[in-house]
Amino acid sequence: MSPLLTVENLRIELTTRDGVAPVIDDLSLSLNAGETLSFVGESGCGKSMTALALMGLLPEKIGRVAAGKIIFDGEDITHASPARLREIRGNDISMIFQEPMTSLNPVFSVGEQIAEAIRAHQNLPRKAAWNKAVELLDAVRIPNPKGRAGDYPFQMSGGQRQRAMIAMALACEPKLLIADEPTTALDVTVQAQIFDLLTDLQKQSGAAIILITHDMGAVAEMARDVIVMYAGRKAEYGPVDAIIEHPRHPYTQGLISCVPHIVSDMTEERHDLVEVPGIVPSLKDFGRDECLFASRCQHRTEECMSKRPVEKHFDNNQIADCWHAEEL
Amino acid sequence: MAHPTRHCLSYKGAMRVNFLLTTSKRVFYAILLLIAVLVLNFSLIHLAPGDVADTISQSMGGADQELLDQIRADYGLDQPFMVQLGRYIGGVLSFDLGYSFFYNMPVTQLIMERLPATLLLVLTAQLLALIIGVLLGVVSARKPNGITSHFVTFLALFGYSAPVFWTGILLLIGFSLKIQLFPVAGMRDVTIDGGFFVQAQDIFMHLMLPMITLASVFLALYSRLSRATMMEVLGSDYVRTAKAKGLTQSQVVYKHALKNALSPVITLAGLQFSAVISGAVLVETVFSWPGLGTLAFQSIIARDTPTILGILFFSALVVIVGNLLTDVALRAVDPRLRGRG
Amino acid sequence: MSDMIDEPVVQAQSPFSEAWGMFKRNHAAVVALVFLGLVVLGAIFGPWLYPTDPFDMVWAPFSPPGQEGFLLGTDYLGRDLLAMVINGARVSLLIGLSAAVVSIFIGVTVGALAGFYRGWVEEVLMRVTEFFQVLPTLLFSMVLVALFGASLPMITFAIGIVSWTAVARITRSEFLRIRELEYVKASRASGASSRKLMFGVILPNALPPIIVQSALMVGSAILFEAGLSFLGLTDPNVVSWGQIIGSNRQYILDASFTVTIPGIAIFVTVLAISLVGDGLNDALNPKLRQR
Repeated sequence: MSPLLTVENLRIELTTRDGVAPVIDDLSLSLNAGETLSFVGESGCGKSMTALALMGLLPEKIGRVAAGKIIFDGEDITHASPARLREIRGNDISMIFQEPMTSLNPVFSVGEQIAEAIRAHQNLPRKAAWNKAVELLDAVRIPNPKGRAGDYPFQMSGGQRQRAMIAMALACEPKLLIADEPTTALDVTVQAQIFDLLTDLQKQSGAAIILITHDMGAVAEMARDVIVMYAGRKAEYGPVDAIIEHPRHPYTQGLISCVPHIVSDMTEERHDLVEVPGIVPSLKDFGRDECLFASRCQHRTEECMSKRPVEKHFDNNQIADCWHAEEL
Repeated sequence: MAHPTRHCLSYKGAMRVNFLLTTSKRVFYAILLLIAVLVLNFSLIHLAPGDVADTISQSMGGADQELLDQIRADYGLDQPFMVQLGRYIGGVLSFDLGYSFFYNMPVTQLIMERLPATLLLVLTAQLLALIIGVLLGVVSARKPNGITSHFVTFLALFGYSAPVFWTGILLLIGFSLKIQLFPVAGMRDVTIDGGFFVQAQDIFMHLMLPMITLASVFLALYSRLSRATMMEVLGSDYVRTAKAKGLTQSQVVYKHALKNALSPVITLAGLQFSAVISGAVLVETVFSWPGLGTLAFQSIIARDTPTILGILFFSALVVIVGNLLTDVALRAVDPRLRGRG
Repeated sequence: MSDMIDEPVVQAQSPFSEAWGMFKRNHAAVVALVFLGLVVLGAIFGPWLYPTDPFDMVWAPFSPPGQEGFLLGTDYLGRDLLAMVINGARVSLLIGLSAAVVSIFIGVTVGALAGFYRGWVEEVLMRVTEFFQVLPTLLFSMVLVALFGASLPMITFAIGIVSWTAVARITRSEFLRIRELEYVKASRASGASSRKLMFGVILPNALPPIIVQSALMVGSAILFEAGLSFLGLTDPNVVSWGQIIGSNRQYILDASFTVTIPGIAIFVTVLAISLVGDGLNDALNPKLRQR
């Protein structure tokens, strides 16, 4: 079976005041139908850019796909026409955004916003689309969906809004659902509920999910594979279990040690990132031929400062972009 | 979840009650404001040197003390201030604004004859400015460096800086003297006889220049503001969501973005009613438009106190009603306001 | 995207030179500022440099500009239009400035008291503000001038008294915002008097938007005065730009330049003021600095 989504050597460039910066640099991945892949990394590492590129929604005039392919369902969508992309968006690929507070339009009722997504892709009369919207609200476990469909976003809690966003994203039964930090803005208790909901809905619908997060805990629970991103580049890629058990990139180690409950024995050797001087490099340094994490890394050597690390493959399908991956 | 069913039903009910409450509260405030306007104007005119009796006697070429006293008694000017004020307000509440000695007719009747012309001018100018302004704003927000955007910048500067009466005179010179497209003055051509449509067309031709002149000032304001808000809204998360749903460009811009960008523009338009009326006074003077503005000018020159008071009252009324209508429009556009005060 | 891009490190500067640096970047504003300077100089020294009396009938009416030695021509009474425009600048600028000062004074006081004391003070003052927003401004000023005489101080007052509401609203919202900031709470806790807090601590920090609004107020006040004098509600013993237009407007068929020229004077002056206002906004509004 060929994968639902294949990304090959993707390079996304943003035009900034200081010139052109590769916010995604040479990224490859594949995702099968019904599976979950997770993107992890600090903010600004290019996770959200990848998601926007998949949707064909890179910021106009500023961002562009400079190289590589995004093959979705056998079609390279980096070259798709705007009309074709509109057909795909919300229909085959849909997206849940980070901020349920601001991602719903405040002046339209929630039911209308869901029904609109249905009408955009299916030739349904208004009434039928509305009824389907009510069904979807029920599916995302909003009580009294009939009554609540007429509510405006400001009349809903954060968790309910995110449920409504999920309903909207699932409206046309997409093959791929991209969830960009779906729970970051929510209370901890609500976070768990949303993840449960996503897992259940995925089982029912068979959609593949790309989960973008900086929460390793959520990754461990939801995903099969994980890509750890740093400064626009892949740091590590592979099965979640393998990577949590034995991270082979110092950045991954740092991320995991921040979540002590995942692996208890990791807590002893917490080399916290906060102890390491330096911050995420600024955009203008993104393209450099060196390891971009080197300035924060306690394992760095001459090599790290002078050459970009190459991929190192391991037997358990783990890939790490670090000169010292074998030793770690 | 957080809101059980019964709770949200009662919430909606509460919103409706709240809406009625705030509406009646607003109407009550509006009436208070109007009375305050009356009191202030009446006191001012009372404070001013000279009274109606002096003016009348002057227009008669002088009068002796006995006649002056007689006139004062006729107009109730010999009564204490509070009594006069009370009488006046009582009169206004029963739609009696007094009698204009200058025009020799009741002020209410006089104003009612002139009000429609002013309302026509003010409302069409506001509407024109709003529609064109918002359209220009939307188009230029989508292309911030395009030609429309530069035009909006130019328009905003011109509209703010050019005195409205001067703009009017320039248009008059250009489009009714040099190129004789539109009539020079007035609201209708008495020589034209015909059915409703002929009359309406005649009024429309007379209206064009005054309306465009008055609208130019506010068009500048509205197009600049709607460009700014549209640019902000187009970068918002919910516009991204709308795009992510696969909606077309025009659905995203004219449905999702525009409805959000309207509130600030409507709010601004509501605040401008007083300025629109001020502008109308000048525009009416330039084009001899037979509205309240020209009437105000004439009665101020003639020191026709009851008429001046009546006009001030009615223009305040127009502003207040305009504000109430603005509120209604805002509530229609923004559901978040429906529940609040 | 801009939040992803590092801002260059700005060296500490005095607030004034920093603001001036931002202002300088707006070329239109700098040109406008220079132009305004020239207008002001012309208004002050012009009548000495060009001593023709604006009330003298010097030539036949309606001589077109440039002929007979009159640069801007003559009006319907044969008066020298250049002399009228120069002398008119004095009145227009003087009233524009002083009316703006009156309205800024009222507006800042009302806004500061309302934003500082809150409670019933705010309630009452905001009702008063609302009341003045409802008053038809030009009509009310017309009545004031007609009733109490068209002297320059009365005209100034009549314009100032109806124009302060915007300043009051801006000042109030700034006060409401700033009074909750830490340094205000700190000086309150250290026992600063209300007056010290209001005018020594909060007001200086509330100034930027008030200054920008004040620049615009001067422009509106000039336009307002032009409107009043266009209607003839002005001191008959002085010349002002609006009044030249008003008195000549019946003769636009014979000589439209008598109306266009003073109009251009008003237009260009107010335009310059609003461009300077834009520049001030760039210089003082930190939110816009990133753009």
